[in-house]
Amino acid sequence: MKVLVAVKRVIDYNVKVRVKPDNTGVDLANVKMAMNPFCEIAVEEAVRLKEKGVASEIVVVTIGPKASQEQIRTALALGADRGIHIETDEEVQSLEAAKLLKSVVEKEEPKLVILGKQSIDSDNNQTGQMLAALTGMGQGTFASEVVVEGDKVQVTREIDGGLMTVGLKLPAVVTTDLRLNEPRYASLPNIMKAKKKPLETMSPADLGVEITSRLSTLKVEAPASRQAGIKVADVAELVDKLKNEAKVI
Amino acid sequence: MSILVIADHDNSSLTQSTLNVVAAAKAIGGDIDILVAGENCGSVGEAAAKAEGVNKVLVADNAVYGHFLAENLAELVAEVGKGYGHILASAGTTGKDFMPRVAALLDVAQVSDIMRVESEDTFVRPIYAGNAIATVKATDAIKVITVRPTAFDPVAAEGGSASVEALDLVKDAGLSEFINEEIAKSDRPDLASADIVISGGRGMQNGENFKMLEQVADQLGAAIGASRAAVDAGFVPNDMQVGQTGKIVAPQLYIAVGISGAIQHLAGMGDSKVIAAINKDEEAPIFQVADYGLVADLFEAVPQLEEELKKVM
Repeated sequence: MKVLVAVKRVIDYNVKVRVKPDNTGVDLANVKMAMNPFCEIAVEEAVRLKEKGVASEIVVVTIGPKASQEQIRTALALGADRGIHIETDEEVQSLEAAKLLKSVVEKEEPKLVILGKQSIDSDNNQTGQMLAALTGMGQGTFASEVVVEGDKVQVTREIDGGLMTVGLKLPAVVTTDLRLNEPRYASLPNIMKAKKKPLETMSPADLGVEITSRLSTLKVEAPASRQAGIKVADVAELVDKLKNEAKVI
Repeated sequence: MSILVIADHDNSSLTQSTLNVVAAAKAIGGDIDILVAGENCGSVGEAAAKAEGVNKVLVADNAVYGHFLAENLAELVAEVGKGYGHILASAGTTGKDFMPRVAALLDVAQVSDIMRVESEDTFVRPIYAGNAIATVKATDAIKVITVRPTAFDPVAAEGGSASVEALDLVKDAGLSEFINEEIAKSDRPDLASADIVISGGRGMQNGENFKMLEQVADQLGAAIGASRAAVDAGFVPNDMQVGQTGKIVAPQLYIAVGISGAIQHLAGMGDSKVIAAINKDEEAPIFQVADYGLVADLFEAVPQLEEELKKVM
């Protein structure tokens, strides 16, 4: 079966972001970018499904500026077979991203679509669920285990309080949680080979989707910083401060 | 315009986060209705009717909603929600699962995890793991919103007298089925709403050592949390994780033990009123946000902490 994986280019997760002085957004100039960590887990899961003989082809798709092709190449180096780049310089919000992905799903007809549960920049946690709604598929969100059996997939989900397992009819949408797997690193030969793998570029217009913005960002600010604290000498002083100064115990 | 709040519950009792979401609805302004969807959830409907400031409670009691499967719940909420200006749910794992599906069915955007209401269409939410705070204006006719419960003081659970209406609307998308559930049982307070949280990180070294934290937690009536490192290392189950990808907590007191304080962890506890940290590395980033920092080996400090607490509690 064919598996479609959506990946996103985001600021590297280790970078401490800086808010622009004019409060219009976060400064992304000259900042290290990378594949969203949850998307790496999605790619890894697809590759494992292929290694198990469950998946026959892995198509990786991204939406974003020209530079996003780096993330497709990374996914190809990790084991995806071909890439689709929906190129746009505009900000694409979750609902429009889901509509673009829906068009790709209609063209490619994958049995399983895997996405990360959230991107670490917008922290929305929406696109997979929206795609499932638009395509009329079942959804297995925050997955920590994915087992494909015949025309069904069993997804163990990380929920408040513990774990929950659901069975979904295929085709279905799965979004990955951190504990689904440990993504591999791309080897140099695989990175070289990935350069020769097919990568198709298209525009939102090619897919018949108009990029509109339903949420306008009025301002972006740095969070309130905490007052500098103190170092205490020992446990007795710590307990004393908590009880008599902070009055929280 | 009126507001529809989707109750968070376990089919027998209302989760406290619902009261936080009602508080967010109050901040928006307008009549507030609560939808309780579940199986044998009559008692939840009665509890919701007593919440302060609620106009009407709608109860959709059917086996198809018993396990809160997003496919069924989203169709129900999208249908009922059509007549409202705002649809709100808690940003717990259930709300995060079905609400974007509702938004897509209604062809509107969703505003995730709001921390503040500026006006009926303008909301404040964290982005980049809480390292930036965005003010966003939603332009769609129906605003679909998930609410960060810790950012709103709950409304009173008693004193309201809303009417309760049964809703005979059965939506079965036929796409998914519940197979099983493993819920961690605990006598301790719920992590997301506890007044005191004590959390352990990689420095705990193994799961067995978390017993030391349990003893302190018992003294304080605290909930126990963990960093991603502790969860990934298998010390404790994932539902104890505090951070950008785990639970967001904002207790009166957060005690971080053997936690370095990565950006992703701070995203989950940075709004705690008082933060205390015990770490042997004096350069650990956690000390930059801790009100009280103790540079010490946790294996000595935690047992001492238990002894000191016995003296004062």
